[in-house]
Amino acid sequence: MTEEATEAVEIPTQLPIVEYLRIGDDPHLAANECTNCQARFFDRRNACAKCGREEFTSVRVADDATLRSFSIVYRAAPGIPVPYVSAIVLTDDGTSVRANVVGLDDPMKAELGMRLRFTTFSCGTDDNGTDCVAFGYAAA
Amino acid sequence: MSDAVWVLGTSMTRFGRYPELDAVDLASRACMDALADGGVTIHDMDVMGAGTLFQAQTGMGQRVQKQIGQTGIPVYNVTNACATGATAIRTVYLSIKAGEAQMGLAFGVEQMGKMGLLRGGAKAEEKVFEAAGRYGAVTGVDGILGTETMPGVFAQAGMEYACDYEGVGFEQFARVAYKNHQHSTLNPLAQYRKEFSMEEIMGSPVQSYPNTLLMCCPTGDGAAAVVLISEERLRSMPTEVQKRAVKISASVLTSDPWVESGQVQPDINTLTRNAAAKAYEIAGVGPEDLDLVELHDCFATAELVHYDNLGLCEPGGAGEFIDSGGPFRDGRTPVNVSGGLISKGHPIGATGVANVYEVTTHLRGEAGDRQIEGAKVGLTHVIGLGSACGIHILEKAAA
Repeated sequence: MTEEATEAVEIPTQLPIVEYLRIGDDPHLAANECTNCQARFFDRRNACAKCGREEFTSVRVADDATLRSFSIVYRAAPGIPVPYVSAIVLTDDGTSVRANVVGLDDPMKAELGMRLRFTTFSCGTDDNGTDCVAFGYAAA
Repeated sequence: MSDAVWVLGTSMTRFGRYPELDAVDLASRACMDALADGGVTIHDMDVMGAGTLFQAQTGMGQRVQKQIGQTGIPVYNVTNACATGATAIRTVYLSIKAGEAQMGLAFGVEQMGKMGLLRGGAKAEEKVFEAAGRYGAVTGVDGILGTETMPGVFAQAGMEYACDYEGVGFEQFARVAYKNHQHSTLNPLAQYRKEFSMEEIMGSPVQSYPNTLLMCCPTGDGAAAVVLISEERLRSMPTEVQKRAVKISASVLTSDPWVESGQVQPDINTLTRNAAAKAYEIAGVGPEDLDLVELHDCFATAELVHYDNLGLCEPGGAGEFIDSGGPFRDGRTPVNVSGGLISKGHPIGATGVANVYEVTTHLRGEAGDRQIEGAKVGLTHVIGLGSACGIHILEKAAA
């Protein structure tokens, strides 16, 4: 038997829905920020789309945000619960984020310009019992 | 002699459902009709631009050649999302500008059938979560981290405008659809030709608020084609042919410059503004000179923001512009007198050619019941998400 085969595979209890969501004691979003022009990206970039430089650093994205735009989605692909409030929010440090507005008892209560705060929630469990953690924004 | 490029012939099929035909049939019909309209044949063509999105890897140009004439000319099969048709035109335009061709044929075609909602994947139940893709997603994020569906994405584009400016809301977006449905009743080539009341539009099933069903373009089938010709070659044509030719005063294609929010929401504004500024400069005209505009109203929320992006209204004044009747066919700048994508239809690859057909037909004075009287200058605009924006400014031939 190889050494690898004898090693116990550690099954995580939780996984973030996307890598730019950091979970744990202090859940938050993290962006790759260009060290030259401070443009932020949630995915990895070969070079900065704004200035072309190649150095990035990971930064925390602010939790507080304002609702810049939204749509109340009533028609979606099969299996996706509707209605939900899809949103573009602008965090207080100037980063645009796409997520749902969560926690409204009536989706029509979403209002342009409303204050929001980052939150996380569980969105499913796989066959290993691993919990998928997603994020959204709730009315502040 | 100028090195302008002209539209010599043009045609489009009626947009709709053609289950008995395939895309090659539809494109062939449009191409043969456009050639006949220009009084030329496939044997006069030096180049072909072929646009389709969903059949982009099938060699559409060559397949059409096998139906209408194989002459060995270069074919450029292009795809550029909803700007595919405009890109096909521009490919031929550039070949003529470069001096490689005197005449060329560009077409766009799509056969979508009843494809339904575009984008937004069905929810799959993952057996085991595993990070994948550039964002390391462990599951599909549509519906969890916002929407990926087209009615929703474009709803958000409109709602962002509503966030920034007063006087824009559900009613203004609905009025865009009211206008375009009304316009389409005069267009025999439109997929739908039915007028709806504001109440019917606002009361139809909500897809993605504020876009209701009647504020969304349908899927469909169709094709459109144009024959382009160099100025030099045009001058050798009979006078009657020259009189019907329409000048391409500007042909512009842009992509997204970086904007902060671009990574989370398609920015349909900046590249349109850049394209418009460049097109107006090249053509030497301004928005006030336009007699009609065919713009990319895939959803009512999209049309409204493009009034501002194209300079048809004061900055921030798109709500007032629609409320005051500005873009109606009897208004200051008629927009989408064809019925637009919302009612004329949106077979994706065909759209950017069909709007050149529409404007050309008005500039020739041949648009029948929907004719904008005395039209001399018109603009066409398409947006393909990703993004690509194509704008053409067309001018009537001097008498």
